[in-house]
Amino acid sequence: MINALPGAIELGLLYSLMALGVYITFRILNFPDLTVDGSFTTGAGIAAVMIINGYPAWISSVAAFGGGLAAGLCTGLLHTKGKINGLLSGILMMIALYSINMRIMGKPNTSLRGTETLFTDVSPLVVMPFLVLGVKVLLDLFLHSDLGLALRATGDNPLMIQSFGANTDNTKILGVSLSNGLVALSGALIAQQSGFADISMGIGMIVIGLASVIIGEAIFGSRTVIQATFAVILGSIIYRIVVALALRVGWFEASDLKVITAVIVIIALVVPTFQRYWRQKQAARRRAEELGNRIQ
Amino acid sequence: MMLTISNVTKLFNPGTPDEKVALFNINLRLKPGDFVTVIGSNGAGKSTLMNVISGVLQPDTGEVFIEGRPIHHLPEYKRSKWIGRVFQDPMAGTAPNMTIEENLAMALARGKRRGLRFGVNRSKRAMFREQLERLGIGLEDRLKAKVGLLSGGERQALSLLMATFTQPKILLLDEHTAALDPARAELITRLTEEIIRDLKLTTLMVTHNMEQAIRLGNRLIMMDKGRIILDIDEGRKKDLTVEELLAEFERISGHKLADDRVVLG
Ligand SMILES: Nc1ncnc2c1ncn2[C@@H]1O[C@H](COP(=O)(O)OP(=O)(O)OP(=O)(O)O)[C@@H](O)[C@H]1O
Ligand SMILES: [Mg+2]
Repeated sequence: MINALPGAIELGLLYSLMALGVYITFRILNFPDLTVDGSFTTGAGIAAVMIINGYPAWISSVAAFGGGLAAGLCTGLLHTKGKINGLLSGILMMIALYSINMRIMGKPNTSLRGTETLFTDVSPLVVMPFLVLGVKVLLDLFLHSDLGLALRATGDNPLMIQSFGANTDNTKILGVSLSNGLVALSGALIAQQSGFADISMGIGMIVIGLASVIIGEAIFGSRTVIQATFAVILGSIIYRIVVALALRVGWFEASDLKVITAVIVIIALVVPTFQRYWRQKQAARRRAEELGNRIQ
Repeated sequence: MMLTISNVTKLFNPGTPDEKVALFNINLRLKPGDFVTVIGSNGAGKSTLMNVISGVLQPDTGEVFIEGRPIHHLPEYKRSKWIGRVFQDPMAGTAPNMTIEENLAMALARGKRRGLRFGVNRSKRAMFREQLERLGIGLEDRLKAKVGLLSGGERQALSLLMATFTQPKILLLDEHTAALDPARAELITRLTEEIIRDLKLTTLMVTHNMEQAIRLGNRLIMMDKGRIILDIDEGRKKDLTVEELLAEFERISGHKLADDRVVLG
């Protein structure tokens, strides 16, 4: 148990940037963006291919972030200018990215063995806390700028922010791009940590991101942006710990991971609904009894 | 002229059995500082007129000018540089999951480029507090409260402040007190009057309260079936009674003023 903990924290930190990306679309923009499954691999592929071709790991990682931005830009344009339903825009991009990722990598699996990555000389457990914290602070600052406020209002009350002169098409495109940039960066880091990029490594990523966001917010709260981004990062780590524990139950296999994740998300979504229903019913019953007593 | 509307017509569902002429050949000119109240039956086209001015809707024919500048081809978010609005629904004018000061910051950025500077900083916060104090309902002590926690009246007061404190060239109020209980409606009406007077805002205010329509502003227009059927100036408005106004409406339009929310006074 204890010896699995560092590994889980490491993975949690690496994936937390992806979870922050999902937080931007799902929570801030209120836009269920499924591009994530494709753009995660895009980031991994770009970084892997560039590193193999001798580019410094950090330049390759920045380029991966750029690739994610571009993918998100396409989804945003499809949705706002092409007027395509949000879910469908993301699915279309996700499918298109599969082919594009294949083109980027040239083959389904690219190994990074023997290359110089961000984590060659120093463990992710040392670097990642600083990197993640840096991204979090920058994101917090951005979300409190004039532009960031407009982005948040776009998800909260689009008609209101339009009436104050913000072009909500642009703020949506910006948010979806930024989100996928972070997702792709996370993919690039995972490729460097695990030593390979694989065409299918992004499958189910959106659900993992959602699980992290939901777990984090449920445990640590989301009253302010600063609190919420913190919660999402911790949610990503807790998710990895839960997974590690689940896999210890001898009965589970690695391929069961996705169903475990789906179940976590389902529980997190269903429980609050039932709680609310239950509370209302209790309150109604109490009130009805009160009224009954008074009439007698 | 501050606002000029010339020959504006707006149809809904043109060419279908549901065709509706919401505005027909509307002409209206507002001088700087004019405060015009607008009354009319349900479906008369009052909200449509507001939406054509603000850019939520584009007119089918005709033109809209602000200070002589044609604006009818501009999208809503570009026109909002000059236009402040308060809606009937207290939920519509604010972002519920953001704080009071953040909402004010977004209103302050109206018509400016939104960049990466802090939306709220110390000097802005001091200014927001000062502005909120004028409302006199204690919001200045709750700058960091989420707007979703405010009551309908408080939210509407905040919406009014957000729509006006940047001094828009035109202020559009569409039944902005209709969803409130009488006491709060009166508060908002009083604030509206004060703000418009202090900032000398050119205003169009739709109301269903006949007494208010007569008492407030320096001009009253009456709409029916997409047309402006009566335009009463300050001199005549002063001595008008609600009974006379309703009688006048019936005489011109040939039917009673039918408004499910009408309040006589
Ligand atoms: N989006 C729309 N699609 C179709 N018809 C519409 C639309 N908006 C308004 N209308 C119709 O246009 C006419 C004018 O509507 P409008 O909302 O401007 O009336 P109003 O004077 O504001 O009425 P009320 O006092 O009820 O608010 C009405 O007959 C209405 O049914
Ligand atoms: Mg209306």
